Amino acid sequence: MTKKTGQSPPFPHLLCIQGGIVIDPGHVNGRADVLIQNGSIIEVGFPLTNPLSQDSSITILEANGWVVAPGLVDLHCHLREPGFEYKETIATGAASAVAGGFTTICCMPNTQPVNDNAAITKFMFAQAQEAGKARVFPIGAITKKSEGEELADIGELVDAGCVAISDDGRPVMNSLVMRRALEYAKAFGIPVVDHCEDLHLTDGGCMNEGMVSTELGMPGIPDASEEVMVARNLALADLTGVHVHLAHLSTARSVELVRHAKGQGLPVSAEVCPHHFSITEEAVRCYNSNAKMNPPLRTDEDLQALKQGLVDGTIDAIATDHAPHALQEKQLEFDTAPFGIVGFETALPLTLRLVHEGVLSLEQALDKLTRSPAQLFHLPVGSLQPGSHADIVVFDPHEEWVVDPTTFFSKSQNTPFGGWTVRGKVKMTIVDGRIVYDAR
Amino acid sequence: MGLERKDLLTIAALSADQIQLILTTAESLKEVGGRDIKKVPALRGKTVVNLFFEPSTRTRTSFELAAKRLSADVINFSPSSSSMVKGETLVDTARNIEAMQADIIVLRHSSPGAAENLARSVGSSVINAGDGWHEHPTQALLDVFTIKEKKGRVSGLVIVIVGDIAHSRVARSNILALTKLGAEVRVVAPPTMIPFGLEHLGVEIFYNLDEALINTDVIIMLRLQRERLGRTLLPSLREYAKLFCLTPERLKLAKPDVIVMHPGPLNRGVEISPSVADSPVAVILDQVTNGVSVRMALMYLLSGFSERSTLNE
Repeated sequence: MTKKTGQSPPFPHLLCIQGGIVIDPGHVNGRADVLIQNGSIIEVGFPLTNPLSQDSSITILEANGWVVAPGLVDLHCHLREPGFEYKETIATGAASAVAGGFTTICCMPNTQPVNDNAAITKFMFAQAQEAGKARVFPIGAITKKSEGEELADIGELVDAGCVAISDDGRPVMNSLVMRRALEYAKAFGIPVVDHCEDLHLTDGGCMNEGMVSTELGMPGIPDASEEVMVARNLALADLTGVHVHLAHLSTARSVELVRHAKGQGLPVSAEVCPHHFSITEEAVRCYNSNAKMNPPLRTDEDLQALKQGLVDGTIDAIATDHAPHALQEKQLEFDTAPFGIVGFETALPLTLRLVHEGVLSLEQALDKLTRSPAQLFHLPVGSLQPGSHADIVVFDPHEEWVVDPTTFFSKSQNTPFGGWTVRGKVKMTIVDGRIVYDAR
Repeated sequence: MGLERKDLLTIAALSADQIQLILTTAESLKEVGGRDIKKVPALRGKTVVNLFFEPSTRTRTSFELAAKRLSADVINFSPSSSSMVKGETLVDTARNIEAMQADIIVLRHSSPGAAENLARSVGSSVINAGDGWHEHPTQALLDVFTIKEKKGRVSGLVIVIVGDIAHSRVARSNILALTKLGAEVRVVAPPTMIPFGLEHLGVEIFYNLDEALINTDVIIMLRLQRERLGRTLLPSLREYAKLFCLTPERLKLAKPDVIVMHPGPLNRGVEISPSVADSPVAVILDQVTNGVSVRMALMYLLSGFSERSTLNE
């Protein structure tokens, strides 16, 4: 299995990030300098003891008391290439990622053609390598063309470098197919990721089914549409013993189901998106198609439950579900516009709101964005321990800024957070010891 | 007092006083329709564009007639003749129409919120003639007008709406208008046709037509959309007719002076039996007549937002 991005040679050879607060979840939390050689972490400490730190060739990067953390890891994004390059390319997506502090991103297979074979996977790696920004790990399809019928050549996908499989966006409705996918995946030690949605229950819905959809006359997506599939997947995880990763949970009952399953020791993990813990269905009231995503924005009760799920560990990771769409697509009427919003460049400040609100500690929040997601997909990133890849984000947790989608590195601007004043600004992003984003 | 607004998009955004103002204005304009020369010059030189993305004959004709009786020039745009088929967005189409100096755009569209989005994008006044399942405010206003005309009041009346509430913009707008004016509103339908949380809009929900009809002053029948049949909402037309058709026998459960309304077109023998539709209790054609007056009133009031004109110039 090849898990490398093949970035151009590390530069410079010897690097020291000094004067920052290092938060390497589970390992370091405090004032420390970071010594990097040839793209790897050599030492984290204060003062540094390695003699290389005194080497005359060293390049010093001043962190000014900012937070220095492992580069963020996103388990769930859509890079749209091949097939939908007008929305995003792997290069623009990766540039957007590093601008948001992400150094590793896992892209879903719903491209055109679908990533259901090694040729597509290898193409994605090649495009990512050429872009030279974030590490990109493709997620392969569960079924051929994500049609939910025949299993894709999963062994070949894993061999080509896919880190998980999913039919995200076109979830596997047939529970027998899902069972077989889980069993088959067991041989390769990869998680199976499911976008939990019963498409029959969704029945063309385009927002949360609730009081707001009733008032707006909008077809609704009931909570049950997600929850019945969460429950199915938990049962199948139990049956097969294979790790099921549940994408973007949105309802209180989903959190409760996962909490219960984890209590029973089932091999299950879950992620949540920043928008689901930041805003509710009320954002749809003015028919803003940038508040249309799937799963839909739910109620405040759900939002609180998602936060609680993060606090008690029921939810393991924060993922963006970065889903770029072109302006002309989002300019359609709400019910006909496509689902999805961009997420890389707002994920960190939205997560930091939870820190500023006192819901999570900074270390807990960063854990959900670094170490924890990396472990779930067995990615060789997410830590600043000596020997690790020098994938690092440096950010000012306090700096206020106004979200202006026109300045996004993403090709698309579909976000409901435009105009928001947020706190937490990425200053510098480093991949393999190379500065790939610099806003100092 | 004027309406003080550029657009008429929803009943939700109107106060009871504003509804009353529209009704009072419609009353004074109704007389025009009885004249030999059915025209007043209130909107002379103004342009009204009917922009209908869904097929409609009645509503479009009613708006057209209303505009013409106010001496406005009327243009009808429908999807087959417009450039929507070329992939233009609604807003682009509307801006083009606006660039032709349209004063009022009457919009019917299959998407909820289409009228609101349009109103935000153009300077012309926008009247919502139906947006998806959301609202059909002029239908509710003409229904309220008809109820008031026949009953002398709305407040305190027991009014039942029968049929597919979930997928009906007529039902939503009527529920909002009637509750704002103090009526006691009931809805009755199979539970598959009642949307989430409807009771929070201040209505009483029934699943049995006979129970819902007891002691009612007004019955508003909704048209059963036959295309809903295949979507697990109903077993069959036969069973729907058996449970929800307004028959002469069922009518006896209501108050003796009950009136029966229907936004049309009728599915005779499905939601309403012909003998009820054709009986004197049915005020269906009065609704059609009043529709013109109410739409005249609206156009008149909206045109006064930017530029005061008078009825008696």
